[in-house]
Amino acid sequence: MTVFHAELAGVARTYPGVAGHPAVHALGPVDLGLVRGEFFSVVGPSGCGKSTLLEVLAGLSPASTGTIVFEGAPVAGAVPDGIGVVFQEDASFPWLSVWDNVAFGLRRAGIEPGETERRVREAIAFMGLKDFAHAYPAQLSGGMRQRVCIARTLVLRPRLILLDEPFGALDAQTRLLMGDELLRLWRETGATVLLITHALDEAAMLSDRVGAMSARPGRFIDIVETGWPRERDSRIVAQSGFGKITGRLWTSLREESLKALGHAHGAAAG
Amino acid sequence: MGRLAWIRLGVIAGFIGLLEILCRGGAIGRLTMIPPSEMAAALVELIASGAVDDDIGRTLGSVAAAFTLAVVFGFVGGVALHAIPRLRRAADPLLATYYAVPFFVMIIATLNGLDRIPRVLDKVARTHRMRPLETALRLKLPAAAPYLFTGVKLAIAYSFIGVIASEFILAASGLGYQIAYAYNNFDNRTMYALMLFVLTLVTTINMALYVWERRLQRRRLGR
Ligand SMILES: Nc1ncnc2c1ncn2[C@@H]1O[C@H](COP(=O)(O)OP(=O)(O)O)[C@@H](O)[C@H]1O
Ligand SMILES: [Mg+2]
Repeated sequence: MTVFHAELAGVARTYPGVAGHPAVHALGPVDLGLVRGEFFSVVGPSGCGKSTLLEVLAGLSPASTGTIVFEGAPVAGAVPDGIGVVFQEDASFPWLSVWDNVAFGLRRAGIEPGETERRVREAIAFMGLKDFAHAYPAQLSGGMRQRVCIARTLVLRPRLILLDEPFGALDAQTRLLMGDELLRLWRETGATVLLITHALDEAAMLSDRVGAMSARPGRFIDIVETGWPRERDSRIVAQSGFGKITGRLWTSLREESLKALGHAHGAAAG
Repeated sequence: MGRLAWIRLGVIAGFIGLLEILCRGGAIGRLTMIPPSEMAAALVELIASGAVDDDIGRTLGSVAAAFTLAVVFGFVGGVALHAIPRLRRAADPLLATYYAVPFFVMIIATLNGLDRIPRVLDKVARTHRMRPLETALRLKLPAAAPYLFTGVKLAIAYSFIGVIASEFILAASGLGYQIAYAYNNFDNRTMYALMLFVLTLVTTINMALYVWERRLQRRRLGR
């Protein structure tokens, strides 16, 4: 039996009803085991519970049923040390420069100043923000602010990195290039990565495995192994196997996406 | 100074010049208004004589006290109302009615700032395992700071208005009292000198705050 780096067993999440709003069954139950060092992506129609999955796995949101284990210890009520999260929304601190944003966690942790400076410099260079170290978030584009957030997470050297649609606002070409940076980050840190995205090509190109989710309440309806070598980049989109993977993902997701749009089962001619 | 600042200054200077001409030419009678140059001269004399030192001290003391209380209790009140939505709904009509009172101004500014803190900051705090107090001081306070600053600026202005206006009717000393006293005794020189004093003081304080605020927030606003 494999010992997973992180594992969800029978995990579901229902948001309780508040002030007249009915309760929302957002997720699951899902079972998922992340192998240490793998790159796993989650795709699914919008509103299917992807962000909920991430928040439950991180310990930010309680599971209604089921158990979550990270590095052998149960996750409940708090974010365990070793997990880093990059959120869907812009979470940069507008009152701090790029440098101070990235240094935030290290200074709090009381890391020695020399070491802090070294790590911040490295993360800023890695994310291509060198020329903007003294800029403020308001002076950057949305994509660059998201990179600031990635760098701020990266300096703490998380062993499991959770990313929630980090490139949602970018155009398709830029996304592929950011994907290359993400692959580089993954290879060099050796971390386990869970990426949430709505772009099938992004998932197919970046991942060792891709989980396709059903419409809400989200469950895994297919998990595709890509079989890519560890050394890979966006050029694999030109390989013949790439189309097979995106094709299979779309076959799984088409019906679910129609459901999420409010259509009946495969209503459109098909 | 930028072009706009020069234009602004020019308009004010022009207006004062026009008043001067109208007063000296007799278009505005001396019982209504004295020429601006005479107001300035009267102010210099009044300050040099030391006759109003006590009143200035008293008024500024009251303003400082009103302002400090307003900012401290307004902030605390705002935080409390934000934390207890039920209380906030109950207090809403009160806030809408008394928005010109410094204390309420600060409550409203605080609520405004707290309402606009992005929800994601809470999640960021939890991924960093920050305690509520640290989250409040390190993330929420700076996130709300621009709105709090607006509250502080308005609280100063409203404190001056509140203190001087109440001295008009309720006090036996202070600048407001002296202005009312001069008015009742047809002492236009003293009255206008004191009004000029208050105007200059408030304008100076406001400009200083404005410059300070711009310096604090220029980069944050991407300018
Ligand atoms: N705090 C919440 N309270 C109630 N419902 C929520 C909350 N957060 C998300 N939901 C609902 O749960 C469902 C899944 O949301 P989410 O996980 O954000 O989906 P996704 O990330 O896949 O778009 C949606 O229907 C959403 O409206
Ligand atoms: Mg989402």
